[in-house]
Amino acid sequence: MNMQPKKGEMIATREGYGNAIAELGEKNKNIVVLDADLAKSTRSYNFGKKFPKRFWYMGISEADTICTAAGLALSGKIAFASSFAVFITNRAYDQIRMSVCYSNANVKIIGSHGGIITGADGPSAQGILDISTMRTMPLMRVFVPADFYEAKKATFAMAQSEGPAYMRTTREGIPVLFDDSLEFKIGKGMVLVDGSDAAIIACGELVSQALLAAKSLKKEKISAAVINMASVKPIDRELIAKFAKKTNFFVTAEDAVINGGLGSAVCEVLAETSPARVKRIGLDNTFAESGKPADLLKKYKMDADAIVQAVKYGLKN
Amino acid sequence: MAENKKGLIEKLKKTANELRKDILRMTTEAGSGHPTTSFSAIDIMACLYFHEMKFDPKKPDWPERDRFLMSKGHGVPAQYACLAHAGYFPKTELNSLRQINSRLQGHPDRVKTPGIEVSSGSLGQGLSVGNGMALAARLDKKNYRVYVMLGDGEMQEGQIWEAAMSAANFKLDNVCAILDKNGIQNDEWVEKEKTIEPLSDKWKSFGWRVIEIDGHNFGQILKALAKARAVKGKPTIIIAKTVKGKGVSFIENRPDMHGVAVKKEDMEQALKELGE
Repeated sequence: MNMQPKKGEMIATREGYGNAIAELGEKNKNIVVLDADLAKSTRSYNFGKKFPKRFWYMGISEADTICTAAGLALSGKIAFASSFAVFITNRAYDQIRMSVCYSNANVKIIGSHGGIITGADGPSAQGILDISTMRTMPLMRVFVPADFYEAKKATFAMAQSEGPAYMRTTREGIPVLFDDSLEFKIGKGMVLVDGSDAAIIACGELVSQALLAAKSLKKEKISAAVINMASVKPIDRELIAKFAKKTNFFVTAEDAVINGGLGSAVCEVLAETSPARVKRIGLDNTFAESGKPADLLKKYKMDADAIVQAVKYGLKN
Repeated sequence: MAENKKGLIEKLKKTANELRKDILRMTTEAGSGHPTTSFSAIDIMACLYFHEMKFDPKKPDWPERDRFLMSKGHGVPAQYACLAHAGYFPKTELNSLRQINSRLQGHPDRVKTPGIEVSSGSLGQGLSVGNGMALAARLDKKNYRVYVMLGDGEMQEGQIWEAAMSAANFKLDNVCAILDKNGIQNDEWVEKEKTIEPLSDKWKSFGWRVIEIDGHNFGQILKALAKARAVKGKPTIIIAKTVKGKGVSFIENRPDMHGVAVKKEDMEQALKELGE
């Protein structure tokens, strides 16, 4: 299965991972995949059905899954381990700390069902802490792709570059923004729209919301840049500093808690280089709830309209 | 043949005694560490490192090597003593234990120390890591074995039982867990704090071959390791009844000595008991 969705189609980023890992399995015999009973959901089963000898159902045991992946990685394998974002990063947090990062094992962690757009299953399944907890972990790199193709290319990049890494994907379809010619560069942000009044730095599904916001602001003669920051760690310090010369107002947008993730990372860079004001969009000291993705983004003030309001407020005050 | 075995046991006993002295010196020099935890495991480790396992100290990454994982990471002075004795690094380096800029961290550090297979010290993780290494051996058609040293307090970690299920499920007969059952955890006697019994029945019911031995009887240790090697189709656990602090009378079987180094003024007496 090699999907080639067109721009504007609604495709979940987990499909990007599923396509990439099945393709990688052909090219690289060193790749192994483990899943903690959500292989069909995370799409790791795309690999499993093609390469059953290099794929293990680990059962509902995230801690065991991560450490077994570490053992494989420490024996020369490139080990991908997956489950829902909320389980694989948070249930196995200490295993990631000790057996993966402190051991510097070549483990790639994939968390699907990231963000509140996971929707109907409610807060127990919505990954909102993965970005922040993984970002603060020494040696861990964190990628939050904005569409199908970025997830696919980020998966290739993870396999190629040695060391621990985490990628979050979505359960829900989000707009395809790129095509197969996209290059994913670890540590590089991508300017999707240039602008000088304000800069919106987003990751994941909120990149398409940011693009809608910029379009709507343009109608009101407000020039807002949109930067896709899929590489949350390492983050593109130069690009942020460059925009701080153009504008002194930033909005960050991530479908996650506002502490410790992309918003915090941008604030840290700005505080250390050229201080600017920042409004962080995301969950502010709250869990979300069950509901339709669009309704949730609206209610928790993470949609395009909320980004527009944030930019306007920031420019006025 | 019997004479050879007797000679081997005498040699290993002597080695274990030397290792105990090293453990004692390095932890007392550091002023902290876990000598009693190391003493309960060291006879088994002497048999592993100096008889059972194949490895090359000049090539710590040799792909064919047998793996030893100190899942009960606080017992790492025992492993440092073995590694130094085997030639992974100079014995003089043992005195740098727990000091700044040392390669010998308070608990195992895979990146810093040659011969350490995975970082540990947060209990419960080693068996899962070992399973991963065993799966890799199967994929790569290598015949190395994986030895994982567990503590009895560590049995209280849930992940141990996740890993126990996995190893049996994957029929990992190249995994050999060793349970250093010294009966004492940080705060209390294990059986007073949170019972882990019936331990043998638990492991059997999880699909493991269980071998019970006296962990200070070299004949039994060597026999158990050989037996484990011959088991096919399932993983083996050697449940070794041990004495925490074994070898120095005044630190034996004392819950209050967990994580406490022998005082400098008591060293002479301790070394005397070990035959110096």
